[in-house]
Amino acid sequence: MADKSCELFDCGHRACGGCGAALAARLMLKAAGTNCIVVSSTGCMEVFSTPYPETAWKVPWIHSLFENASAVASGIEASLKKQGRKEKVIVMAGDGATFDIGMLCISGAFERGHDFTYICYDNEAYMNTGIQRSGATPYDASTTTSPAGSQSFGNKRPKKDMPQILAAHGAPYVATASVAYPNDMIQKVEKAINTVGPTYVQLHAPCCTGWGFEGDQTIAIAKLAIETGLWVNYEMVDGQVTKVKKVVRKPVEEYLKTQKRFRHLFKPKRQDAEIAAIQAIADKNAAKYGIDIKLKKE
Amino acid sequence: MALAVGCRARPGKGRDNKTGSWRVFKPIFDHNLCSKCGTCQVICPEGCIAEDAEGFFDPDYAYCKGCGMCAEECPKKAIEMKQEEK
Amino acid sequence: MLGITEGSMAVAEAVRLCRPQVVSAYPITPQTHIVEALAEMVANGKLDADYITVESEFSALSACIGASAAGSRAYSATTSQGLALMYEVCFNVAGMRLPIVMTIANRAMGAPLSIWNDQQDSISLRDSGWMQFYAEDNQEATDLHYIAYKVAENSNVLLPAMVCFDGFILSHTYEPVDMLSQEDADRYLPKFAPKERLDAADPISFGMYATPEYYLEFRYETDKALKDAKSAIKAAGAEFGKMFGRDYSALVEGYHTDDAETVIVAMGSLCGTVKDTIDEMRAEGKKVGLLKIRVFRPFPSEDVAAALKKAKRVAVLDKNISLGAKGATALEVKDALYGSSIPMYDYIIGLGGRDVRKKDIREAVALAEQGKGGQYIGLRKEVL
Repeated sequence: MADKSCELFDCGHRACGGCGAALAARLMLKAAGTNCIVVSSTGCMEVFSTPYPETAWKVPWIHSLFENASAVASGIEASLKKQGRKEKVIVMAGDGATFDIGMLCISGAFERGHDFTYICYDNEAYMNTGIQRSGATPYDASTTTSPAGSQSFGNKRPKKDMPQILAAHGAPYVATASVAYPNDMIQKVEKAINTVGPTYVQLHAPCCTGWGFEGDQTIAIAKLAIETGLWVNYEMVDGQVTKVKKVVRKPVEEYLKTQKRFRHLFKPKRQDAEIAAIQAIADKNAAKYGIDIKLKKE
Repeated sequence: MALAVGCRARPGKGRDNKTGSWRVFKPIFDHNLCSKCGTCQVICPEGCIAEDAEGFFDPDYAYCKGCGMCAEECPKKAIEMKQEEK
Repeated sequence: MLGITEGSMAVAEAVRLCRPQVVSAYPITPQTHIVEALAEMVANGKLDADYITVESEFSALSACIGASAAGSRAYSATTSQGLALMYEVCFNVAGMRLPIVMTIANRAMGAPLSIWNDQQDSISLRDSGWMQFYAEDNQEATDLHYIAYKVAENSNVLLPAMVCFDGFILSHTYEPVDMLSQEDADRYLPKFAPKERLDAADPISFGMYATPEYYLEFRYETDKALKDAKSAIKAAGAEFGKMFGRDYSALVEGYHTDDAETVIVAMGSLCGTVKDTIDEMRAEGKKVGLLKIRVFRPFPSEDVAAALKKAKRVAVLDKNISLGAKGATALEVKDALYGSSIPMYDYIIGLGGRDVRKKDIREAVALAEQGKGGQYIGLRKEVL
């Protein structure tokens, strides 16, 4: 059991005030403890934590390239095995590195069954390079490469279902978590680390700069994502969904109207059809995972 | 300090960067209202909130960026964001 | 122990004797026999390594990064398209100063697709910060692996190395090769013990990013380390010679250069053909010699300049072409000759596995004597 009072992510890092990813890094390290080796992909977290000669990481850490964290982790795991060492190998990568450019390496590493934990901090776009669209960007979100305009409502595609893809690779444990529920996140990361084989945890990490909200709202917005059904917190063991966070569902509008990246759905004109389409996504999630708390009828 | 071969570093120098200078608003912690739940310490993205001997919490103002998450999430509304006098 | 063996097998055995802890392998012609042989060795307990069948060459070298940073001697092999896919990773390895050794079974770059030999693949990565060794024959290809690891892991070097040998021409050819015993290999190449590694007992951040305030200095240091590696290579080569009788202390090797009027400069298996041609021409009274370049990076400019001092003319043969300019060796040799009045003539030869025969060498010498350079030897005008 890791020592939760220990801060293994040092102060002085250069994340924006209110950064969901910075919080995710801190919480992940509380779950991991000191006996780990962290592999980061290029991205916000790597950049704000390691401008030479400053590093925020008080555990062994390596950054190689944008897309190869899983391959680097595979090599570390192999090396530790041959040396008889017991450190846990953990990848910490953003959604861009995970859903898109890193697909090759993550698929290979999971297919080969390396004993490592892959944690994706999902802020739903390529934030470090200036808020461009990724495979994790939700439907209708405005980003700099899927901007809302007179001919467009923003990102045209729904979120890629990475947890399912990796469960299909035979990952023994897959989970989604959120900075909204830190203790749940820590527990899931711990479970992933202590499960032998390739495990995956996808963390919702709202980005105030990229999504357009005040830095103090990070947790509140993360909660709304879950309460509207646009993000589902669940666990999968050997490919079967075992635990789901149930909610009394709120309409998606309550989540969408808090962020500038969805503002075009309300101003200059309310886009009912688009809001309905997003509601349908939430409803589909609700049905698929069974997130609705059935209120007793009198 | 000699240039580290391979662009590497041991932990420590990060703390030289006093991000407290970023602040516009400063969180003021009222221990009279505090229930010692520790939520602020858990959710601070800087990890700069520490528990004192009595179980109350205070931020390290050298690093606190003034993001306001602690004030927003405190269940007792014991933290207030005040515009900082410079 | 001397035996007749296929080049790939000899290389695989040399790698085995170097005791890598992690081998990552992705198959590509004509390297496949090496990685297959290593897999068999692991399967039969002859090589105690973790063998990762990665999903691409990009991942192959990336896995080596992780393994090397964590403290293991790591190995991979590739060629051509695979090496090109590793392009980004190659720069990363050198910048992170990880002593990985990789065999390149030299092959042409597509398009058009070709599985046959030339040296474009590794030459195109000459900027990356890797040491580059080019083998004339399978004995050299074998020996250069022990030397490559020894130099790479030298704490004053800490740079990766490519051991290049011509695909098919060497990799798939049977030649007599003297293999070291395990005891001899262990005597020459000690266990890999890096001063810094990924280790929970002493946490270090590897691969940080450098702002404009620091980047220039990091590049300067890496460049300096590569240039200074010349002395480490010479020392390791000399030690090999003392222990096993085959001296590799020279970065370049002269063959009949002392009194040569025309000196040919070449790299790799081409040198064997050149030497045979020189023997014939010498018997005819022609004063021709060969300067073989065995180490291309760091480039031994001083050694080349010194060796060519007395030549009347220089004919450089390149099994590669920097499209739009010249062959890479010609550019380096011309730079080394700067300030001298010795004329240099450059020739492109043997691309994409085009067989190089003694008459092609004679043609190059004849053209050089006529003062005609900048030509493709053996160009089939009837096909154009």
